[in-house]
Amino acid sequence: MRVSRQPEGPPPPPVVQRLRVRYAKRDRLRFTSHRDFARAFERAIRRSGLPIGFSAGFSPHPKISYAGAAPTGVASEAEYLEIGLAEPRDPADVAAALDAALPPGLDILEVVDAADQPAGSLAERIEASYWRAVLPEVPAEELRTALDRVLACERVPIERPTKEGTRTVDVRATLVSATVVDGAPEAANPQVGDMNAGCATLDVVVRHSSPAVRPDDILMALRTIGALSTPVTPVVTRLAQGLIDQTSPEDARRLIDPLSEPSVSRG
Amino acid sequence: MSVDSLFPRLEPLLPLVRKPVQYVGGELHATVKDWDAAVVRWALMYPDAYEVGLPNQGLQILYEVLNEQPDVLAERTYSVWPDLEALMRAHDVPQFTVDAHRPVRSFDLLGVSFATELGYTNLLTALDLAGIPISAADRRDSDPLVVAGGHAAFNPEPIAAFIDAAVLGDGEQAVLAITDIVRGWKAAGCPDGRDGLLLALATSGVVYVPAFYDVSYLPDGRIHRVVPNRPGVPWRVSKHTVMDLDEWPYPKKPLVPLAETVHERYSVEIFRGCTRGCRFCQAGMITRPVRERSITTVGEMVQRGIAATGFEEVGLLSLSSADHSEIGEIAKGLADRYEGENVSLSLPSTRVDAFNITLANELSRNGRRSGLTFAPEGGSERMRQVINKMVSEDDLIRTVATAYGNGWRQVKLYFMCGLPTETDDDVLAIAGMARRVIATGREAAGRKDIRCTVSIGAFVPKPHTPFQWAAQLDHETVDRRLRALKGAITHDREFGRSIGVRYHDGKPSTIEGLLSRGDRRVSAVIRKVWENGQRFDGWSEYFSFDRWNDACTEVFDGQPVSLDWYTTRERVLSEVLPWDHLDAGLDKDWMWEDWQQALAGGEVDDCRWTPCYDCGVCPSLGTEIQVGPTGRSLLPLTPV
Repeated sequence: MRVSRQPEGPPPPPVVQRLRVRYAKRDRLRFTSHRDFARAFERAIRRSGLPIGFSAGFSPHPKISYAGAAPTGVASEAEYLEIGLAEPRDPADVAAALDAALPPGLDILEVVDAADQPAGSLAERIEASYWRAVLPEVPAEELRTALDRVLACERVPIERPTKEGTRTVDVRATLVSATVVDGAPEAANPQVGDMNAGCATLDVVVRHSSPAVRPDDILMALRTIGALSTPVTPVVTRLAQGLIDQTSPEDARRLIDPLSEPSVSRG
Repeated sequence: MSVDSLFPRLEPLLPLVRKPVQYVGGELHATVKDWDAAVVRWALMYPDAYEVGLPNQGLQILYEVLNEQPDVLAERTYSVWPDLEALMRAHDVPQFTVDAHRPVRSFDLLGVSFATELGYTNLLTALDLAGIPISAADRRDSDPLVVAGGHAAFNPEPIAAFIDAAVLGDGEQAVLAITDIVRGWKAAGCPDGRDGLLLALATSGVVYVPAFYDVSYLPDGRIHRVVPNRPGVPWRVSKHTVMDLDEWPYPKKPLVPLAETVHERYSVEIFRGCTRGCRFCQAGMITRPVRERSITTVGEMVQRGIAATGFEEVGLLSLSSADHSEIGEIAKGLADRYEGENVSLSLPSTRVDAFNITLANELSRNGRRSGLTFAPEGGSERMRQVINKMVSEDDLIRTVATAYGNGWRQVKLYFMCGLPTETDDDVLAIAGMARRVIATGREAAGRKDIRCTVSIGAFVPKPHTPFQWAAQLDHETVDRRLRALKGAITHDREFGRSIGVRYHDGKPSTIEGLLSRGDRRVSAVIRKVWENGQRFDGWSEYFSFDRWNDACTEVFDGQPVSLDWYTTRERVLSEVLPWDHLDAGLDKDWMWEDWQQALAGGEVDDCRWTPCYDCGVCPSLGTEIQVGPTGRSLLPLTPV
């Protein structure tokens, strides 16, 4: 009596609408890992009652796909994901419902219908990240000197421990542009260290690569090659992701928001 | 006087530690109240890592019950891992709550829930980090009262030096009773300071205050007497028992963490207590009598809990969930309600009979049938009679055959090693049972790729059970028997590959035995081993038997007691046990008779279905077992 079971009932309804979501990871919730966020997001969807699509089988999974994720401990104003719904919804209503179901600090910033976007996947519209690192108790001059030393190198290999052993990434090759600002810009959110003791801000645009160069690798390059000392742990925020705007100044590149294209009429 | 958040001082340390999210709070349904508006403030601690402590039902229930009081504030704190502990010490950051990151030392009470004795060293770390003197005798009026609860608090003597009070039994009403006394004491201008408050608590009978009892010893090391040293303090302290679970439908809004934890589900306790009478089971003995939550309350709690949390799984908890008088109706009703909603149902299945399979099939109607768990506990028929786990091997084989025939692919069997009167053969009998399980299972399933996992741990005799007098088996013999069992299974050519064996070495159980049946003299060992760096005893990567053994040798030097004296020594009826003045409602003479019956291989039936056998609980609590059926059923939910 060979037993082979299949789920009873009809297969799950097909996805009829794809929505692209931009969200932020702020303040103390910047310490959530990507797995933590994914779990919280799935639960928020369940609580909000949105008609999320599911895969078939005994362990149905909600239709959510993520486009990269900022490292644990790094805040972000520009994370992206795509969800598939089994019934169409107004993107603005979805944004409000999800934001209400997520804890403060995990905030929904924008939801657009993928059908209104130009052809191509979300991943195809992202090639680089704009990171901002606020370095408390670091004079801007010292940061500038360290940065110049890094930029002057042809290659900047940084070793990083991974599960499979140490991997080396070339930080210099992915560094598109970098600027130093005296003090902390208003957009830098957390209150870490003594801001009155002086701090400097580093804005960098980094091309995505495999393995990815992370903000920590850049800070490590500044410490080792640039001989920079950071008495207090720097606070890093991802401010933007997207394609590099080739019309922007070469020493301070801007990125094109992957959801910024004007709507195309579906007529 | 208000207190400041420690978060600005903690935040720069978080990028330097593993899994920082566990320290930031911000869970769904976490409660942050105005400090100054509260009259009584509780810090509630689970003395283990956040991932283990957060899902704990007991702590979540008390957190909600206390925060529902308008003038009471409750926040949570958990053990910090050694990486953060080192940074907190270096940067002078004290033990904090995760809700509002307030310093634990600023609270009126620190309630610590001990599900197991292996959290004792972690209590000391938390007290020290908090800036609270480790020894209760050194505490000042401004320090919180340290109150222990949970199952391990039924013998709090090993931590008597570190706690101010212990609560026995169910906590829901007890924490409110304590709160009332603290509120009244504060309103009266805190008469007689800390001592006055402790005396008020002790004389009310709500808590046990170890400092108000003197313990004297006989020359051979045994306890002579335990005597109250203050007027009005009771000779024996009784446990608390919530009689109507329908009146306490908590947790209503369970915490939903951002971090990954050991249990990710909405759990409902469907009944409390158990009268199966397994002689090794402390939980079954100290939580009597059986009190069922009604099918309608269970249904309402699940409905509200799922909506409030977004969890995908519902756990129907109790000590033996298949024994609820209306479990069939509950399982079917919930499975009907959540059909097609991607909500799965689970219940800890320990009963070994066909009804359990029917239930499991119902619960997994639309899910994967991966594994079923049974707990025969003893490998031989004789062994199971000794522990009063009444299931025959034929019953078990019939049950697993049904399971495999219904599409279940894996069966997990739980056993214990080191039970009273056990011989090598009793343990080796487990291999034979596993072979029969696979042989029968292959036939029933019509395929060869089924599996059976044998999971076996060392038995630790516990206070307030018929085995409280038993000698614990030494860890060398435990390890030898477990190795022999493992060898017998892995060398089996026909079935060995289909059977997995999981076991832990016996050393941690020896220390658990010391902490379970120890007395006040064990406090010095805990302090010593903690000073030598011992932490997180429930985690094999942190547990060090040698450190414990060395601390015992050092502390007990020149005394008639030793690690062996506390663990492998059999006690006699006339011995005063360290917990005799703590009343779980059980009649000591009945327990002794049951212990003698065990040695003779005699069995006792479940008193839910057969006549009372006078364990003593019902008359001492003035109650009876409270079971259904109610005859009601769960109605389908109508979508709003």
